[in-house]
Amino acid sequence: RKELWVSDELAGDVTVIDTATDQVKTTIQFLPPGFRPVDVTPVGLALSHDGKTMYVTLGRANHVAFVDPATKKIHAYILVGSRAWGVAENKKGTLLYVANGLSDDVSIIDIHAQKTIRSIATGRVPHTVAIDE
Amino acid sequence: MNRFWPAFLFLLWPASAVLGAAPPPAANPSTSVRIGYIDLQNDPRYRTDNSYTGIVFHTLGRPYPGAELGVEDAQLIGKVIGRQFILERKSAATADLPALAKALVAEGDHFIIADLPAPALLKLADAVRGQPVLVMNVSAPDDSLRGADCRRNIVHLIPSESMLTDALVQYLVAKNWKDILALQGPAKEDAGEIAALQRSARKFGATVDAVRPFVLGADPRHRDENNVALMTANSDADVIFVADSGGEFARYVPFETHSPRPVVGDAGLTPLAWHWAWYENGAPQLQHRFEKLASPRRMNAGTWAAWAAVKTVTQSVMRAGAGGFSKVEQFMLGDKINIDGAKGKPMSFRPWDHQLRQPILLATADAVIAEAPLPQYLHQTNDLDTLGYDAPESACHF
Repeated sequence: RKELWVSDELAGDVTVIDTATDQVKTTIQFLPPGFRPVDVTPVGLALSHDGKTMYVTLGRANHVAFVDPATKKIHAYILVGSRAWGVAENKKGTLLYVANGLSDDVSIIDIHAQKTIRSIATGRVPHTVAIDE
Repeated sequence: MNRFWPAFLFLLWPASAVLGAAPPPAANPSTSVRIGYIDLQNDPRYRTDNSYTGIVFHTLGRPYPGAELGVEDAQLIGKVIGRQFILERKSAATADLPALAKALVAEGDHFIIADLPAPALLKLADAVRGQPVLVMNVSAPDDSLRGADCRRNIVHLIPSESMLTDALVQYLVAKNWKDILALQGPAKEDAGEIAALQRSARKFGATVDAVRPFVLGADPRHRDENNVALMTANSDADVIFVADSGGEFARYVPFETHSPRPVVGDAGLTPLAWHWAWYENGAPQLQHRFEKLASPRRMNAGTWAAWAAVKTVTQSVMRAGAGGFSKVEQFMLGDKINIDGAKGKPMSFRPWDHQLRQPILLATADAVIAEAPLPQYLHQTNDLDTLGYDAPESACHF
């Protein structure tokens, strides 16, 4: 599968482009519980190491979406902190880290349990996560 | 070092071509997008000789450089879609406006950016009524232009008076500074601001305790109207609102009031379409591009509106341009348009009055304190419509 995924912050969706033809294949819409479409501002994208989940951070909608990259179906929304942007998964595929720019912290998600287990305070307005393993 | 030179030059040349260092291509009528720009010679709003001391304290600054930046930004898109975006400016005396507009239309301009006061704007729009052309208002904030005097062939990029006062009053009510003492200057625009303020107060649950007139001067016989301490005495208000479009009086109100009170309106905390200190939503990139083009000027409300006007045209042509003007106009006024104005929320035009929905910045001289609509204010379909006249309230019928 040769695809380019693009997060469209202001349009509130993710565009999937077929890199063989450079045409838009589909767009994925998100709506986590308790939020309106205008709140959804997707930014971060990360593919799991096993290739089975695309993580999409939803900005002002304060959630991460777990998306099946083959079917494009959203199988979970995980609540994190304020304005979720940067996202990174550890090598083992057990933990996901999300940078929350407007709560000055990083959320740590237990991927199997699909739940945020901890938040760690950072400096001002964190936006990107990189893991050194 | 020598053997790397040819490679270095080879890398340089295509980059500079993409960045527009080459001269612009000759305008091809079938692929060029001509954007006209009309402003008024001797426009009183931009006077810089209006202080008797000769010190220029109030420089509004013309919107035109914003349009120039918009066209510069459009060049790369133009190269990709095979169109050339061309901006053509004409400065007119009021009497010439209809003839100038018709001349631009004859040259193939379907969009005319207008930096005009309301009466001239209406004259321009009426002169091209029925033609395939859209007039884009970038400087006239009058509520009447979005109401009883609306025109189907005008779109408004600059916010209206009521959007500005709604933004300010949202903030005041959120702070629980609900009692307002208003000071009103002698200009017609000042009366417009006060009327908008009173409407905003009713809308959001604030109270305008009193409206007191002021005049510029030092005549002791009129001290109740020219002495700030006197005119703000006998008041329990939480804040002082100053309506002073001329700008000379308002800057003396803070710290001269009878009681210690925040000042808002044309001094102190001011509602604006744009402020140079705005730093969220990718704003610094826009600020820097503008300053590179227009330094020592920084981007202000008018230049932002002119930039947004060109961006709106660029985006609409890009997404609907193959079908000609009517398809472009349909897209521009429809619900699929989504303009990123570096203010965070996607912008589109209200179908009932053609006003661009947008966030409003609440700023002091050197910082943006808040962005409206504030999170406490919700709306059935679009929170941006808590600012200004909503559909059921509109007096506009095209």
